[in-house]
Amino acid sequence: MPALLEMQEFYAGYGPIEVLKGISIEVRPGEIVALIGANGAGKTSTLMGISGCLRPRRGRVLWESQEIQQLPAHEIVRRGICHSPEGRKIFPRLTVLENLQMGAFSRRDRAGIERDLVHAFELFPILAERRTQAGGTLSGGEQQMLSVARALMGRPKLLLLDEPSLGLAPMIVVKIFDVVRKLNQEGMAILLVEQAARMALKLAHRGYVMEIGQITMVDKAAALLTDKRVQDAYLGE
Amino acid sequence: MTPPLLVAAVDTSSGWQTFLQYALIGLTNGALFALVALGYTMVYGIIELINFAHGDVFMLGSFLALALIGAMAKYLGWNWGEPAMIGLGIGLLLVVVPLFCAALNVTIDRVVYKPLRRAPKLAPLVSAIGVSFVLMNVGLLWGGAADRHFPDLVSRQSVLGETAALSFTVKDLMVVAITVPIMIALTLFVKTTRLGKAMRATAQDPLAAQLMGINVDRVIGATFALGGALAGAAAVIYGLYINTVSYQMGFQNGLYAFTAAVLGGIGNIPGAVLGGLVIGLARSLGSGYVGERWTSALVFVILIAILVFRPAGLLGSRTRDKV
Repeated sequence: MPALLEMQEFYAGYGPIEVLKGISIEVRPGEIVALIGANGAGKTSTLMGISGCLRPRRGRVLWESQEIQQLPAHEIVRRGICHSPEGRKIFPRLTVLENLQMGAFSRRDRAGIERDLVHAFELFPILAERRTQAGGTLSGGEQQMLSVARALMGRPKLLLLDEPSLGLAPMIVVKIFDVVRKLNQEGMAILLVEQAARMALKLAHRGYVMEIGQITMVDKAAALLTDKRVQDAYLGE
Repeated sequence: MTPPLLVAAVDTSSGWQTFLQYALIGLTNGALFALVALGYTMVYGIIELINFAHGDVFMLGSFLALALIGAMAKYLGWNWGEPAMIGLGIGLLLVVVPLFCAALNVTIDRVVYKPLRRAPKLAPLVSAIGVSFVLMNVGLLWGGAADRHFPDLVSRQSVLGETAALSFTVKDLMVVAITVPIMIALTLFVKTTRLGKAMRATAQDPLAAQLMGINVDRVIGATFALGGALAGAAAVIYGLYINTVSYQMGFQNGLYAFTAAVLGGIGNIPGAVLGGLVIGLARSLGSGYVGERWTSALVFVILIAILVFRPAGLLGSRTRDKV
């Protein structure tokens, strides 16, 4: 099966600092792919590169076999790549409902948006309770759920998730990972960036290991879980 | 030199009456400042730039209004003496001048500020000061150095009747009748429309806005357009109300309007309106009770005093509070 997303030899950076040194990643339809690695390895930048918020110096991003690396970010959303970014990035003074509406900004199908809103509230009932509350007043876990739900409102074919577990109570992390699994079973492809490597690899089909701007390993998630080097470096046996 | 206040008609016979009269004048003037202040605050809200050229866009708008009034009389035989024609004419000015100012403001953004979007904040700020000087000189070239008389088209008759204790003229009423609906419409626009929500989202988090599929460049352009249009409307009203325009009026009124925006909490729309009203009141009461020459000093003393106790402005929150 051809890849949904292919990042090929992607180089990018900020000013004189090169943070991505030839990243190649692919996500196939229906797959959960985990991208693991230490702090500062370039995982977030990789997602930003896919979303069009970080321009490549060299390299390409192919989406359904078409180059998208030069498209503006808002065009990329339109093609079905939605991003729940690092730090959640909730709009603090928009209500929960308005935040979700923003997630559907690129869509015009009112009925479909309404249906997806209901669906989002089913996935995360707490958001329904908080719908008129300002995003900034939610707890960390609620904000994370809102961030994921907001990305889903764009009806993605590929969902980019950046550290959904960061700073959250284990129970909430389990809940969010359950939702991710469910979305994937419904056919959505997911690229998951995580420092919680064990959980991510247990959920994922395949995984990439990233170290200072480069991919150092790629394999089936199950294989990475039992790999000695991965265990020593990221799984903390 | 400060813009003149219409305080001539104040009846000094009774203390509270005098006070109310000054307050009424102050609020009317303040509504005008508020309209200009909104343009500063909205642009700041979205790109954190103090658009120093905004006041000069306002100035050029009033010059255009003046030119149009003359041209309409000359080429269209517009009768500016007849009430119906005056009403219609002002309506036309309130369409054409805001459109012009919106286009001018958007052009300034595209040509000058947009290339500097990723530059350090000081670069667009200094450029804004530069644009302000350029526009001021355009005004000098267009209108000359002397104050220009702006036709006194609206009646000074009191709507409360000539014998009433307070004077509130048709002119005052015009200011309120135009500014208040505009401000209400703006608030509704920003609260409820798709573009308005996109503006608020972009102001709160531009990166997240991009990830939602919002075309941030377009939203910024729309913000400049809206701010410019408000300045254009204010320019028409100002000309009709104050009846004197000059190439320096953008600087003077811009300074007051900018102060109003800061006072209310820059980036905050209700804040700009509140700030405008506070400054209008301060100027009016100041010139009534303290003396005209102290008005500016008084306004800035108030600004400093408020900022000492509320550094983010009256309605600003401690974090970045924007459109």
